[in-house]
Amino acid sequence: MNLTRRNAMALGLAGFAAALMPMPAAAAADEAIAAFTGGSALGTAGITLTCPEIAENGNTVPVSVDAPGAVEILVLASGNPTPGVATFKFGAAAGSQSASTRMRLAKTQDVVAIAKMADGSFVQAKTNVKVTIGGCGG
Amino acid sequence: MISRRDFLQVGMAASALIGADGFGQWSRLAAQQKLTQDQLLQFDTFGNVSLIHITDIHAQMKPIYFREPSVNLGVGGNKGAVPHVTGADFRKLYGINDGSPSHYALSSGDFSALAQGYGRVGGLDRVATVIKAIRADRPDAILLDGGDTWHGSMTCYKTAGQDMVNVMNLLAPDAMTFHWEFTLGSERVQEIVESLPFAALGQNIFDTEWDEPAPLFPPYKMFERGGTKIAVIGQAFPYMPIANPGWMFPEYSFGIRDENMQAMVDQVRAEGAECVVVLSHNGFDVDKKMASIVSGIDVILSGHTHDALPEPALAGQTIIVPSGSNGKFVSRVDLDIRDGRMMGFRHKLIPIFSDVITPDAEVAALIDAERAPFVAELSEVIGQTDSLLYRRGNFNGTWDDLICDALLSERDAEIALSPGVRWGPSLVQGQDITREDIFNVTSMTYGKAYRSEMTGETLKAILEDVADNIFNPDPYYQQGGDMVRTGGLGYRIDISKPQGERISNMTLLKTGESLDPARSYVIAGWASVNPETEGPLIWDVVEDHIRKLGTVSLQPNNSVEVIGA
Repeated sequence: MNLTRRNAMALGLAGFAAALMPMPAAAAADEAIAAFTGGSALGTAGITLTCPEIAENGNTVPVSVDAPGAVEILVLASGNPTPGVATFKFGAAAGSQSASTRMRLAKTQDVVAIAKMADGSFVQAKTNVKVTIGGCGG
Repeated sequence: MISRRDFLQVGMAASALIGADGFGQWSRLAAQQKLTQDQLLQFDTFGNVSLIHITDIHAQMKPIYFREPSVNLGVGGNKGAVPHVTGADFRKLYGINDGSPSHYALSSGDFSALAQGYGRVGGLDRVATVIKAIRADRPDAILLDGGDTWHGSMTCYKTAGQDMVNVMNLLAPDAMTFHWEFTLGSERVQEIVESLPFAALGQNIFDTEWDEPAPLFPPYKMFERGGTKIAVIGQAFPYMPIANPGWMFPEYSFGIRDENMQAMVDQVRAEGAECVVVLSHNGFDVDKKMASIVSGIDVILSGHTHDALPEPALAGQTIIVPSGSNGKFVSRVDLDIRDGRMMGFRHKLIPIFSDVITPDAEVAALIDAERAPFVAELSEVIGQTDSLLYRRGNFNGTWDDLICDALLSERDAEIALSPGVRWGPSLVQGQDITREDIFNVTSMTYGKAYRSEMTGETLKAILEDVADNIFNPDPYYQQGGDMVRTGGLGYRIDISKPQGERISNMTLLKTGESLDPARSYVIAGWASVNPETEGPLIWDVVEDHIRKLGTVSLQPNNSVEVIGA
């Protein structure tokens, strides 16, 4: 239980913001996806996205993505005010098409990774990361 | 599976006195008590490998009473599945007779009456006797401690876990994993772990900075037993920095990390393991889901959620063995490992009836020696109780009602919040309440009782957040505790709804008014994970309250209305 007033207030505000602003954030993510894929269909095979189920610290959440054969991978935090996290580009000499970084998550949301493959097709992976004030473990 | 009416009756059962309607039959209990140590230990040794599992002892070295929950609701795919079956439904499911030793040990209902007949449970000196008996059958049995060992009593708190370390070392485990241990702080954890004569395992213990496996905690250990190789992989509690104060162990990161678990299973198989055992502090539902995702695990020894089941649960090819808490049970699992795989198993959950099992003299002497410097403090009688005091259950327990009452009156607050932890033994009607008893339900390294103001809106957000940690339909998003306990505040919860829609009808009990989202309320609570928390220690607050009461007598608590179960 993280019950200090300041943190509790911050939580209340986050909840309020979330209630007011789901459309803009989701729309921004959709726009970014459309710009990246040009509206192409998204497959799901051949891409692995790894994030914690529950963030230990919403300010620095580890994210890894692996898509063998990709030329480019876009990572989005769909619920952030600015969804863009990173775009990784892989040249022909790249030994593997995988990358790791950390991101800040404003609230519980889906993290999305989309890989552009060498043949111009796209694959997507999505995972829900929970940002919580914490609780009272057994 | 459990109706709202049943839930509301919980308070009634808790406050019913011995001799009230329906309780008279238990006078025959003495005659029924033909239990012997030989019966409890009876086991036809099987196969070529034996595992012994004990978990979530919470530093209970001496026998205690421990009432199992009457409300333990499952959600999503686990609705109505074990361990989310309680009381008479549980007994029916497993063919357990009313009034039998298994009724008393494993289920709720008539607890106080049965406690008079069957007495206390646990005690590490009794546990030692059981372990020695199993080792007499199978000298190379593997003893595994699932963690939550160095936390939960006054002596453990005052010695920073050393009393438990010394006693457990005498029991000689082969490996251990972790949860509350980390609340001793990472420096102390490192100091103890470096001193341990056995493996400290955790495939999911990583360093925060590089997100790489922490070298102090190897992922697994390989054992050669009965002509075969067994790998034991450790799985620490995944949500430590979220459920407990991360600032106490900032170097470490956890998480479920099932992809790394799969990699470890594959690695140990490649190294020749014919049997893979996971020593887990995930909690039961998380273990069940993990078994469905990670292939190649034969046995999960399950801890954290304090469930005790008389037979293993099956998840695909994996057996899951939950072994209770507070020293109340030891599990023995014999395995037949041949031709590269587990061909069969035999299991017994052994209840530690402390009046039936002879204490091991050597361990008993060490326990007394560890307690000796504190005996006067421990044994001081603070008051008495006319009510059964217990904690387990998804919503309020009577111990928590008492703690919330203490916070409301001693801290002059409108609303009290108490964490939904699952540790803490019970006291039966008529017992003295000693200082030790108070520590047993409050002891922790961040026990300051804060007092602050929160708006009605903030309180709702907190209840919603905690409720989602219990009732999210996906077990991987559950942290394994119970609902935060409230004093002075009533509410309705629909456990079938998503976060943000579960909590309604929040009522300030003092006035009967609905909570105003915009108004600030004075809140008292304890166990904040925030490092800047100020206030007196919770056990002092509770002690002061009980002293003033003299005798504790609690009214039934119907302040939480549960729907959607």
